[in-house]
Amino acid sequence: MSSEQTDSLAWRVGGPQGSGVDTAARIFAGAAAAGGLHIFGRREYYSNIMGRHSYYDVRVAGRPMTCHSSVVHVLTTFEEETLVRHAISTGEGGAIIHDVESSDVRLDRITFLDERVVKDLTAYLGERDLPPTTAGVLEDARRRGVEVFPVAYDQITETLAGDILFKPRADRALNTIAVAVSCALLGYEPEYLADALKWIFGGRQEIIDLNVKAVELAYGYVKDEFDHGRLLHRMRPVHGTEPMILVGGNEAVAMGKMAAGLTFQTYYPISPATDESVYLEAHATVPLKNGGEGAIVVVQTEDELAAVTMATGAALTGARSATATAGPGLSLMVEGLGWAGMNEVPLVVTAYQRGSPSTGVPTRTEQGDLLFAIHAGHGEFPRLVLASGDVTEAFLDAAQAFNYAERYQTPVIHLLDQTIARTTQTVPPFDVGSIRIERGDVYVPPEGDDVRGPYPRFAVTESGVSTRPLLGQRGGTHWLTGAEHTEAGQVTEDPVIREQQLEKRARKLALAAREIPAEHKLAVYGEPQAAFTIVSWGSNKGAILEALERMSAAGIDARLIQVRLLWPFPREELAPILEAARPLVVVESNHSGQFAQLLCGQTARQCDHLVVKYNGRPMTCGELTRALLDIHRGTAEERIVLRNPYE
Amino acid sequence: MAVKSETRRITAKDYRVDQPIDWCPGCGDFGILSALQQALARLGLEPHRVAIVGGIGCSGKSQYHIGAYGVHTLHGRLLPYATGIKLANPELTVVAVGGDGDGMAIGAGHFVNAGRRNVNMTYILFNNEVYGLTKGQASPTLPLGLQTKSLPEPNAQGRVNSLMLALSAGFTWIGRGYAFNVRQLVGLMQKAIEHPGLAYLDVLQPCPTYNNLHNKDWYAGKDRGDRPRVYALDDEDYDPVIAEGADEETVVAKMGQVIGKAMEWGDRIATGVFLENRNVSTFEERLGSRSPSYHKHAPALRPIADAEGRSLADLSDLFAQTSVTRKPGGEA
Repeated sequence: MSSEQTDSLAWRVGGPQGSGVDTAARIFAGAAAAGGLHIFGRREYYSNIMGRHSYYDVRVAGRPMTCHSSVVHVLTTFEEETLVRHAISTGEGGAIIHDVESSDVRLDRITFLDERVVKDLTAYLGERDLPPTTAGVLEDARRRGVEVFPVAYDQITETLAGDILFKPRADRALNTIAVAVSCALLGYEPEYLADALKWIFGGRQEIIDLNVKAVELAYGYVKDEFDHGRLLHRMRPVHGTEPMILVGGNEAVAMGKMAAGLTFQTYYPISPATDESVYLEAHATVPLKNGGEGAIVVVQTEDELAAVTMATGAALTGARSATATAGPGLSLMVEGLGWAGMNEVPLVVTAYQRGSPSTGVPTRTEQGDLLFAIHAGHGEFPRLVLASGDVTEAFLDAAQAFNYAERYQTPVIHLLDQTIARTTQTVPPFDVGSIRIERGDVYVPPEGDDVRGPYPRFAVTESGVSTRPLLGQRGGTHWLTGAEHTEAGQVTEDPVIREQQLEKRARKLALAAREIPAEHKLAVYGEPQAAFTIVSWGSNKGAILEALERMSAAGIDARLIQVRLLWPFPREELAPILEAARPLVVVESNHSGQFAQLLCGQTARQCDHLVVKYNGRPMTCGELTRALLDIHRGTAEERIVLRNPYE
Repeated sequence: MAVKSETRRITAKDYRVDQPIDWCPGCGDFGILSALQQALARLGLEPHRVAIVGGIGCSGKSQYHIGAYGVHTLHGRLLPYATGIKLANPELTVVAVGGDGDGMAIGAGHFVNAGRRNVNMTYILFNNEVYGLTKGQASPTLPLGLQTKSLPEPNAQGRVNSLMLALSAGFTWIGRGYAFNVRQLVGLMQKAIEHPGLAYLDVLQPCPTYNNLHNKDWYAGKDRGDRPRVYALDDEDYDPVIAEGADEETVVAKMGQVIGKAMEWGDRIATGVFLENRNVSTFEERLGSRSPSYHKHAPALRPIADAEGRSLADLSDLFAQTSVTRKPGGEA
């Protein structure tokens, strides 16, 4: 791997949805992984089935990475829109691969290109005396030191079809051809591509053969037309890499739930949560270590109200039960959340944040639901809110959420976001062995036949936790109700019992705050004693970690405090650490700085700088590092908004 | 379907709770409650194997007076709660009890979608055509143009026919009872609970406080020479059964028969079993055919950890599927 600025390679492919952009990215990532390289992938797309622009970033390196790059080294395109949207992100020394047919197309003729982009690019090109066409865009790239490689895709697929194949079938290998041209220009051995094709098209020999042939033709084309290419960036295999899996955020959460013993999951389709439930449904028979197998019931419900209440019903019987949704679904689930809180039900709600409010930007990222998750519901009831910072944490937290739910007998909201959901990366296989399943205080029926209820399910205790009979257990009968209730669950409006029950429930939150170890509440990265302190939560972690590396390389000591348990807020643990923080910088992906408000409310410590991004795209280490360096220099405003018009 | 006690005789007393009841004097709910206690006892069900799931409203208070597991849920949401309970522990007998506003207005979407699943449980609708607990507003079962005593104007919205809705949604057992015919009601409840699939029992339940039109006297036909309006399908030549493997023609005929009876209203109101469809698989059967281990270990009962709390899940196959370290060629 080599590049001027970084030891990683940022590859981007784009195209209309439904045209195989994902497949192209999988082939590239598979080829890189076959050569022992680490991968960090992320996908951007519209709320649309076919035709709208989507793109996929695959960043590869000989070491693990934690975020994508805003500067692209190799841009692979099949059509004009991708070319026009992303040429400007391609950095000096980078390469653009495009269809020779796209060499001169007017910007205003590109169907789905937003008017805003046409206007901005036209102005940008005009300032440089360039025409508002793909030719202008490409010329600008050349002037900035980008190599441009026009490829006659049609000619290659024509050759591929030969005399025997129907041409449209050969056209379907276009993704492979484009990937292969990239790999050839990067000097990467074609055998790794062949490995990736076998992996992706597993068993379908005819398709594999066709695509392998396409790889050969593409490599031959690069040799003949571009003399093997002259790129600064090279991609080379790495040997002796530790075992890795390539997983996405949705899968990681699903796997964490499976490891935790999830047996019941409900969902109503919503981006970006659905893939998790669909994955669970596809793997609903779990092999067990004792040789048997166990079922996971996955129910697609009629709406989120049914999803949350059905999952709650299942949890009452002792099943480890969860539902998964995104912000708009969580809005609908709120009444069910309150009922679960009132009835002390261990329910896990996996909530993926996306651009909001209302429908918002449904396929883009945001961290706009933090305060909502903490406060959702009328009245007061305890709930835990945890937020994962990356794919591996998503696995671990998904499992841990059930322990919290059962220990404290209350709903747990596991917050994720679109960024984590749409991240695909290489990680060591998740450590199932590190998970300990703790079921909390569950009633054990005594021996004998004559034991009868009602059982004091909501007995007032010092800890707030009472013994929980599961529906169906002998001697455990009691009532559950959204109304205030006695110890056995009968409705009451008695002022003394009201106080006792409200206090009992509240004590569980205090118990959680006391019991949960500090290392599960927050994590410190970078220089632990550094004064320059970034406090953040959720998926920003990735960009911040790489920014810390860059700051360190520039001789600046800094640290990240990542808050993982958002509620109960780890006030006691945070306050002393923050005393020496100068400056205190909060980084998050929303407009108003919800975490900064929470931090201030809980610790009375106002941040010195707030760095936010809310255009729907995840932060990159590059833009974040620039902001942090400005802060270090003392030239930054209090509030810094990260923007990039070409994401 | 019911898991019966093998050890001792269960009586209605086992289901009674020593708690004051705050329904109005003369309320039809008393009859329904009594019938349900008797039906559960006659089926020999042990109380701890029974979950009564209530909605919001007067009817939703029923479970406080039944000595089983009683779940007082949210307005309109009783069916999803009940579904979750039943699917997670199919050994339980699950009976949902709710009002007409609960089931046909705020919960109508759940009603329809419960029908699509055909989970093996029972839904009893306390149908009095008004929202009693909020002082008598029109419910979705009150006919268009009627003006019960709390309404400032005649009802401007039409009436939903819950039996026909149940039919089209896919309920596989459909019946109707009358709150003041407890003897018949006990039998209907027994049949509904024993039916292997989703049962819907509409119970005509006069509200003595807010429904001054369709009251006990009206059902008894006091206004027309004591000729009762309600009659039993049992007294007619009516066969509600669609047998397993029934042909298309029979199914269509039987469904048509339900519609005919469900549309009767006014001078003749049918009670009894309208439909018993044995030709549709239950949701539990469908889950079991996807994953046979569902029948062996239901979600509530499946072991998930060993004695040290280590996970029993073996994810090595999933990791192998996503493994990229080995050259993916062939073996991965």
